[in-house]
Amino acid sequence: MAFEGLADRLQNTIQKIKGKGKVTEQDVKEMTREVRLALLEADVNFKVVKDFVKNVKERAVGQEVMESLTPGQQVIKIVKDELSQLMGGEESKIAVADRPPTVIMMVGLQGAGKTTTTGKLANLLRKKYNRKPLLVAADIYRPAAIDQLETLGKQLNMPVYSQGTDISPVEIAKQGLEKAKEEHLDYVLIDTAGRLHIDGELMDELVQIKEAVNPDEIFLVVDAMTGQDAVNVAESFNDQLDVSGVVLTKLDGDTRGGAALSIKAVTNKPIKFAGMGEKLDQLEVFHPERMASRILGMGDVLSLIEKAQENVDEKRAKELEEKMRSASFTFDDFLEQMGQVKNMGPLEDLIGMIPGANKMKGLKNMEIDEKQISHVEAIIQSMTAKERQDPSIINAGRRKRIAKGAGRSVSEVNRLLKQFEDMKKMMKQMTNMQSGKKGKKGKGLKFPFPF
Amino acid sequence: MSFLKKLKDKFQSSKSNEEVADNYKEGLSKTRKSFSEKINDLVARYRKVDEDFFEDLEEVLISADVGVSTVLDLIDELKMEVKRQNISDTSEVKTVISEKLVEIYNGDDDETNKELNIKENELTIMLFVGVNGVGKTTTIGKLAHQLKSEGKKVLLTAGDTFRAGAIEQLSEWGKRIDVDVIKHSEGSDPAAVIFDGIQAAKSRKADVLLCDTAGRLQNKVNLMNELQKVKRVIEREVPNAPHEVLLVLDATTGQNALSQAKTFAQATDVTGIVLTKLDGTAKGGIVLAIRNELGIPVKLVGLGEKVTDLQKFDPQAFVYGLFADMLEEE
Repeated sequence: MAFEGLADRLQNTIQKIKGKGKVTEQDVKEMTREVRLALLEADVNFKVVKDFVKNVKERAVGQEVMESLTPGQQVIKIVKDELSQLMGGEESKIAVADRPPTVIMMVGLQGAGKTTTTGKLANLLRKKYNRKPLLVAADIYRPAAIDQLETLGKQLNMPVYSQGTDISPVEIAKQGLEKAKEEHLDYVLIDTAGRLHIDGELMDELVQIKEAVNPDEIFLVVDAMTGQDAVNVAESFNDQLDVSGVVLTKLDGDTRGGAALSIKAVTNKPIKFAGMGEKLDQLEVFHPERMASRILGMGDVLSLIEKAQENVDEKRAKELEEKMRSASFTFDDFLEQMGQVKNMGPLEDLIGMIPGANKMKGLKNMEIDEKQISHVEAIIQSMTAKERQDPSIINAGRRKRIAKGAGRSVSEVNRLLKQFEDMKKMMKQMTNMQSGKKGKKGKGLKFPFPF
Repeated sequence: MSFLKKLKDKFQSSKSNEEVADNYKEGLSKTRKSFSEKINDLVARYRKVDEDFFEDLEEVLISADVGVSTVLDLIDELKMEVKRQNISDTSEVKTVISEKLVEIYNGDDDETNKELNIKENELTIMLFVGVNGVGKTTTIGKLAHQLKSEGKKVLLTAGDTFRAGAIEQLSEWGKRIDVDVIKHSEGSDPAAVIFDGIQAAKSRKADVLLCDTAGRLQNKVNLMNELQKVKRVIEREVPNAPHEVLLVLDATTGQNALSQAKTFAQATDVTGIVLTKLDGTAKGGIVLAIRNELGIPVKLVGLGEKVTDLQKFDPQAFVYGLFADMLEEE
């Protein structure tokens, strides 16, 4: 990503302050300016930024920062606190009507991802909450929008109610609700057509649908890449429909997603879900505090840990750790570990989640070639079981054979062997460090920022 | 916001200025007054060139999604220029601002590469790329209609084999405007569909072939590779093709549009931008930054849902649009 995170941005200012014994008001001013720019670059609306920066400044000029030994971190902490607070505390739940079916209406601009999200949400409701949803195709304007929802219904093996394009969406919504009652389905998801928030006629239509079906939830679907205009969109949808929540889509892109903050600030409605990919199971519960880190460009440790937990067998991980400590780590273990990391998804994504990773030499903008990994795999797989257990027996002749077997050059085999040795040495050092003096535990491995 | 207030007062007080505001409301395309005149009006309301003035200007630009760094550079340049020429009166700074802004957009390019590159008497191939939901298929439908009414034989290729209902969407457009659509079934290889499209275009002697592709986020490496393959197929089958690779951008997109433009340009040598959904309140100012940093021109804009609402890009009207909002504010 082209933009620096807040941490990067603050580096220079902090560098200047470091030499001085005291943080002046001018320094704080400079730091808040960087905060302002970081937020603007993340697409947070400028009016929201203005208020936000004012709050941060008040706190920063107070005792908190001036007397801190690490003013830069202190500022980041204040910003993150304030941001998390603004994003809203806990995750929110989806409504359940006292008398089923629960009616959910999906609204938003064109291309935000309403239809896809409708499908994903239905899938989530069934998978996670064990519900039986009915999809209602009320987008009669966009060519083939109904086909799209029907195709999704087929993929999910879920009923879709459609009446073609000749009947008004209000009528379709009403009939869809009736149908759900008849068939004892407990959720009705109404997919409406995308429309501009300034299109009076079409906005009226939404109001009419709302009156006709009395929905328990109205989700405003918003593209996470939306810029400054997000406030206008959110405000006018909310004014006219009183939405109950927001779904942020396309969050698997590389956008900072400052729109989330803008929307929250102007509507004060919770962001409930986030679209994290093109597949139908990639709708996740939204985590406000993680979004704060993302907007500031500070990585997403929690998601990384979660991903790891999902994909890594904990028992095996413990065993591996033990092996690392005792330096009996072999190529077999290495191979297995690589497989587990690969399961977690594209490496670039993972690296992006590590705080400070984009400051590490070579990691910034690095494109990791997944092929390289398969080369390494091929080399290891070309070793005999004995060689994998004890790489020291790999002499020149064996190297040649391995290279041939893997279809790589001998120098590549050499490099891998060397790297493996280095890695083992490093592990030994780390283990010593951790088991050694208590006070210095983990030194050198600390993340650059305390969260 | 005194700067803005004064502006607004001005625009409401005199009749001719009211017209300007109305014109804007009717759509950017209908703006008659030139951009430099607008800037003149703006600047005239602020008597002294001071920090407040620049701050207001900065906010106006940022609120239109003009890239933050582009805005900061511009403001810095303006400040320097003001100092150098020893300007303290806003009436003098106006020329500087208008110059700089138009300069950012126009660069030093000539007019030629702002028009769509459509060949006479030979097949022209256009490839449409972009992230999900920006309006690629809709743009193709509209453009096909326009080209057809100009007497061209147009053919469409449904290269979005991924999204549910995408092929039907393009087919529906084909039916509406009576243009043939080459398609495979959902889930098939997009490069293969496009290949078939090219063969069909050749044998049916079409003038223009418009190739749809699936929306993809620019950070998905595999999907970008797929797009490269599609482009390679076109290059191989027709020399000098694709004649246009158009990146479709949603005007509501913020700073991420820059990342989109960069990555798509790397993968497919984007030749131009189609800025869609400009009929909302979004300004699409990020195209200024894209133009500034990457040199990619905007070729078409989408100003509404009607087929005729896809129009040639008018930089002056566009730049005026960036400011128009603040005239109505407060």
